[in-house]
Amino acid sequence: MSILINSETTFIVQGITGREAVNLTRENLDYGAKIVGGVTPGRAGRDVYGVQVYDCVRDITAKTRVDGSVVCVPPRFTRDAVFEALENGIKLIVVVTERIPRKQVAQMVELANLRGARIIGPNCLGIISPGEAKMGGVGGPAANTKTAYTKGSIGIMSRSGGMTTEIASTLTAAGMGQSTAVSIGGDAIIGTSYAELMPLFEADPQTQAIAIYSEPGGRMEAELAEWTQENNSRLPIVAFMAGRFMDEMPGMRFGHAGTIVEGKADTTAEKIKRMTEAGIAVAERISDIPKMLQERIGEAK
Amino acid sequence: MRFYEYESKALFARHGLPLGHSGVADSAVHAREIAHQIGRPVVLKSQVLSGGRMKAGAVKFADTPDEAAQIYDEIFPIIVGGQKARSILVEEKSPIAQEYYVGVTWDGRRKLPVLIFSDMGGIDIEDAAEQHPDHVSKTHFSTILPVSPRIAKEAISATGVTGGALNKLTPIVSKLIDIFLEYDLTLAEINPLVRLEDGRFVVLDGHVDMEAEARDQHKKLLDELGIGPEETRQARPPTDFEIRGAEVDASDHRGVAGNVVEFDGDLGLIIGAGGGSLTLFDAVRSHGGKPANYCEIGGNPSVNKTCELTKLVLSKPGVEKIAVMMNVVSNTRVDIVARGVIKGCIEAGKDPSETIAIFRIPGAWEEEGFKILAKHKVDYCDRSVSMYDAAGRAVAKMKSA
Repeated sequence: MSILINSETTFIVQGITGREAVNLTRENLDYGAKIVGGVTPGRAGRDVYGVQVYDCVRDITAKTRVDGSVVCVPPRFTRDAVFEALENGIKLIVVVTERIPRKQVAQMVELANLRGARIIGPNCLGIISPGEAKMGGVGGPAANTKTAYTKGSIGIMSRSGGMTTEIASTLTAAGMGQSTAVSIGGDAIIGTSYAELMPLFEADPQTQAIAIYSEPGGRMEAELAEWTQENNSRLPIVAFMAGRFMDEMPGMRFGHAGTIVEGKADTTAEKIKRMTEAGIAVAERISDIPKMLQERIGEAK
Repeated sequence: MRFYEYESKALFARHGLPLGHSGVADSAVHAREIAHQIGRPVVLKSQVLSGGRMKAGAVKFADTPDEAAQIYDEIFPIIVGGQKARSILVEEKSPIAQEYYVGVTWDGRRKLPVLIFSDMGGIDIEDAAEQHPDHVSKTHFSTILPVSPRIAKEAISATGVTGGALNKLTPIVSKLIDIFLEYDLTLAEINPLVRLEDGRFVVLDGHVDMEAEARDQHKKLLDELGIGPEETRQARPPTDFEIRGAEVDASDHRGVAGNVVEFDGDLGLIIGAGGGSLTLFDAVRSHGGKPANYCEIGGNPSVNKTCELTKLVLSKPGVEKIAVMMNVVSNTRVDIVARGVIKGCIEAGKDPSETIAIFRIPGAWEEEGFKILAKHKVDYCDRSVSMYDAAGRAVAKMKSA
């Protein structure tokens, strides 16, 4: 098992004829993804690496089962593209696009909640269940993806797309495979937070422990700390906290759009404190993660 | 992107929120003139992008126009939170009967906007929420339903406000929600909103933050308020080095060489991407290294862009070495970054093998990249060396140099 996607997952790519989307389509197909169509208005009838292009999402949903969509369109068209996917019944939407104002993100998320759908992102590289499928740019070309990611029992959640792969690669080198890795996005408002993914990992028999990449800004780590305490989670969690230097630089934005220290709760010191109190181990270095996970998996057994 | 108080008020005025008579003075003579036109006692408030003006003594009252001129000279030079005053707002002084707090912001956990209202205005809202929870209400509202005044009514009523005050406050608060949503704000705050002794309600102080991502969408408003695209409105104004960094990034649309931030150390950094840069910057510091700069490369920047960024970093006085490091890359090509930094060193008149303290970018096209690096005798490593250890190797070279 894995979470969110597996080898049977079918999805479409919205904005499929764009430069980045073409690469992403190639990489996903090479990794074994079942891409059942693409959408770019006005480009119906073309194909991208054998994937048929349509004008509307409904042209695809009318004839085949579509589990998900990767939205890879410019920021000013993203909300409409997500609405189109949602109103055509698609339940898992990965939003790759960055620089979307948060009001529009909130609108997408609100409609997704009403429709019983899930959004991953925006400003993310998507999802990979190693050995099964990937949905989004995570890991890059299939050959590179296979070097970094291997099938196994560690779930990864990361606010950084690049660091998702760095952590996977570090785990793979230590002989620890991954169940599913999710690049959740770097914005202030995102479709699915750590705490919202936890019940899925909790219910997945393949997953034995969780590795997290975290950074300053927002309340997502506090939310995760509360969730693990309230739900007495079976899964040991090791979190890496980047951007510790930012505690001394309030009001400056580094890294992702959501990464800024505006109040005490945004600082890494405060986040580390909250997570530690909740029993989440915080790693000083990425290279410490495998050993810390092994120790905690050992204890949990 | 934070607005000055006078800009926030100009935005409020367009939407009919009630404001006192005021003018923005850029000289003592001008302050006297404005006070004279108002014809009543006034308050003078330093225009800075920071809180804590009152504590710093940058808000003062004047009974006469002459006194206003004198106070202008007194408060204009005061530095508040590291910021120089842009101008001084001269506003009519109002006899206050009651103060309220109104704020609209985003709740990242609930992923909804939240309206915060209190009938204990004028104070720090977080303190008020802790000490007097009955007097602070938090009301989340939808971003897809039309804004309705009942949101404001419920928020105000929840703090125990009723009668005429409730009915007069409701449209003001509701309008603030409209403004918040219409202009993609991340914060719209009135603190305090006051009831005057004569029964009128007036906005005394306002604070607005617009989301940087939405600036293009609201260009017309920003133009009309006189906020140019060059005003980044970060916590501190950009340095020349940072402005040149932004120019490098804008010079070529291929890839990103962004967020160049100047520090006072001696180790130049060419690092990426978003999360990787944060991780690597911490790693350099924890080894005792002193970064000369922060930056984020990613999205496969062209040879030229990386070259220009390298030259910029090497142009900083005292910077003899650079560390080139990223997390495992997927979309960025290792060989292209390698070419870029080597070219940058050579064009800066430096030997790449001496200048590049470490090159740690594993991932796509790494074999080609490593060949180029080996040819130029640059010290490089693959993913078997952690980001932390790579940073350590660079710092060790700085110490032995």
